[in-house]
Amino acid sequence: MSLRLQLRTRPEVPVEADALAPDRLQGLKTPEVESLPLIHGNENCVVGDFFAADGECNGELHLEGDLSRIKHLGSGMKSGTLHIHGDAGAHLGVGMSGGQVIVDGNAGDWVGPEMSGGRICVKGNAGHMVGAAYRGSPMGMTGGEIIIGGCARNELGHGMRNGLIAVGGDSGDFTGVNMLAGTIIVLGRLGLRPGASMKRGTIVTLHDSELLPTFSYACCFRPPFLGLYLLHLRQLDLAVADAHISGRYARWCGDSIELNRGEILLYKT
Amino acid sequence: MKSHNSTPAGAAGPIRIVNGRIHDPANGIDGAVRDLCVESGRIVESAPVGARRIDAAGMVIMPGGVDIHCHIAGPKVNLARKLQPEDHRRDPHPGTLYTRSGTGGTVPSTFATGYRYASLGYTTAMEAAVPPIGARHTLEELHDTPVIDKGFYVLLGNNIFLQRLLKEGRRDEFRQAVAWWVNSTKAYATKLVNPGGDEPWKGKRNANVSDIDETNEVFGISPRQIIDAFVDAVHEMRLPHPPHIHCNNLGHSGNYATTLETMKTAGDRRLHIAHIQFHSYGGQPGKSPSSAAQPIVEYVNAHPNITCDVGQVMFGKSTIMTADAPLAYMLRNLKKNKWVNADTECESGCGIVPFSYQEKIYVHALQWAIGLELFLMSADPWRIILSTDHPNGGSFLSYPKLIRLLMDREFRKEEIKRVHKKAISRTVLADLDREYTLNEIAIISRAGPARALGLRNKGHLGPGADADITVYDDDADRERMFNAPRYVVKSGRVVIDDHEFREDFSGRLLHIAPEYDATIVQTVRPFFEDYYSIEFDNYAVGDSFLHDHEVIPSRPA
Repeated sequence: MSLRLQLRTRPEVPVEADALAPDRLQGLKTPEVESLPLIHGNENCVVGDFFAADGECNGELHLEGDLSRIKHLGSGMKSGTLHIHGDAGAHLGVGMSGGQVIVDGNAGDWVGPEMSGGRICVKGNAGHMVGAAYRGSPMGMTGGEIIIGGCARNELGHGMRNGLIAVGGDSGDFTGVNMLAGTIIVLGRLGLRPGASMKRGTIVTLHDSELLPTFSYACCFRPPFLGLYLLHLRQLDLAVADAHISGRYARWCGDSIELNRGEILLYKT
Repeated sequence: MKSHNSTPAGAAGPIRIVNGRIHDPANGIDGAVRDLCVESGRIVESAPVGARRIDAAGMVIMPGGVDIHCHIAGPKVNLARKLQPEDHRRDPHPGTLYTRSGTGGTVPSTFATGYRYASLGYTTAMEAAVPPIGARHTLEELHDTPVIDKGFYVLLGNNIFLQRLLKEGRRDEFRQAVAWWVNSTKAYATKLVNPGGDEPWKGKRNANVSDIDETNEVFGISPRQIIDAFVDAVHEMRLPHPPHIHCNNLGHSGNYATTLETMKTAGDRRLHIAHIQFHSYGGQPGKSPSSAAQPIVEYVNAHPNITCDVGQVMFGKSTIMTADAPLAYMLRNLKKNKWVNADTECESGCGIVPFSYQEKIYVHALQWAIGLELFLMSADPWRIILSTDHPNGGSFLSYPKLIRLLMDREFRKEEIKRVHKKAISRTVLADLDREYTLNEIAIISRAGPARALGLRNKGHLGPGADADITVYDDDADRERMFNAPRYVVKSGRVVIDDHEFREDFSGRLLHIAPEYDATIVQTVRPFFEDYYSIEFDNYAVGDSFLHDHEVIPSRPA
């Protein structure tokens, strides 16, 4: 039987809910769950102040209501499923290393920063800094997958070191900035200055894009790996057409102010 | 701050600490069980009836620790904080009922710095490098660094105006100008960093001075002339602490020769060599370094006018922060990671590089071993003082581990096994069996630095001394022991009481006020009007920045 937490009152100021991760709630009785600590603004409170709990967590946790002001959901989770039936607040799945997070609505800024494994699926839009490094850190996400059905905003995959980020819609400015390795696939349009200062890694878009002058054109080809990736994304409900899977892509190398071992692939035909 | 102004320092009631074993080397007490009495912020002969009684049976009592060389406040420290938010995120320092919150890491916030020093039993710390133009900022930060008493050394070794006076042979005006600068900044001592090297570097890529007798391109004077002039001026003025020098060629192979020449320049006049470990390398310049701890320590042992602090390297994360800008550039090129380089007008340079010392890297292991060699071959613990050049060689939080390395031969042997073998084989560390005694630890961390600083009321527990006292549980694991004192008394107030913080106040600024001829102002003023971004009349720091302070008098003739 899974555990359901229903948000009773939308908080006035954000709530930090590091406690709400399926593996951390495993086997706890309802009163124990309701007495776990949360931080509401600058005050300490408990889960029961905001949520009504029902059931017991067997690795599956369902959160219901408008959770756009609930931050740090699923942070550090290692296993299980966290299903958010609605919007999620900022810092979703911080540093998670396994398991799955599903968001039916939109997510705030900082989806999966510095995560190392597992999968986050957001069916709506995501904010800034998806899969990014926290300020000052040398590395963003180092593994796992983040799938955004809608659009994402600026600095998607900032400092990303490994793993996959896919966006069904458009991405904001500085997509893949400071990227070290890994793959970003944006089915819509990239914002300004994609791949600025990237060392390695791959950024793919199905549209044309204005690139920085420090990127140079290499060739036009059919990347074999990309078909596999796109088929995988189609299974995850992203709108990938057959033409994209078999199509040709222009390869641009960069960023030449860094290693120049990164690539941006632009869909041609 | 929450409570530091509610009661003035020293207002706490009298205390009598009984049954503890006292280590007070300055007064020749080595582990004797005696009563220790405190009243009005001072150590006294006897406390009145009704004084608070602290039973220290089975415990070890020492004066509060004195850190002679660390970097805890000022513009460069703040830049290092800004540069490393990741360091702070991982090490929050929560507030308590009595103390404020802050952030830790290798460069803690001001509040956390004060509390963490106190939590090791340290009650005095000296910020070792502040450009004069940053004095105001530094004083405000030190005021916000709670509990400990503190002061700072002002950087004068790359000052354009002073170098001009030297070039023109105006030694008397030079001395007056040094005194004016020290007064204008409320500093505790003069500091020289890579004297003569910063200015050429600012003008031309990779320019530096590499020899103590090399005249720099900018002024045509050599580091030796600068060092000699400072040693002379400070000697004449009888300042409590001699020139505090970071020699030329820090970190370069073969630099021990420069260090020896620097010490020889002082003759029999007093000189303090900062973080001498970083200046004790043999080998050819540009090639792999070896240990030259032996010749360095022999010279120090034989010359009572020299004091030094070791600047021990401890494995783990550190932050290189220095006024030696060309050195920071060299270190930055090792990893090409983020760094800061700054110019401070006509006065100094600045470089900051996040760093990490690793056991398996030859050079790092060698640096670690050389530091320990210096400690273990020292004949006079009064003059070879404990420091890690926080945060350059490691955080001050690693002092307890360093103390254990010095006191516990078996522990040292285990640690030696974990580091780069070839590096250890190039040193005599494995053959050194010496173990420091508690009294020697009290000397290198308390009595020695206080004496080198000319702080007559610190570093000892005789009547009249500041009531800065640390009470440790006597634990065979010296790291655990020095990590968690049971009581810390600062200025007569029990700050840490049975391991818990019970007080919060701001501590005193320690500074000097040497006399000078007021007409020197007329000589300095035109230079400011020509070159500085700040009005001359706004430059000197006003007395309102002093808060609670103490002027330390010059040494008697």
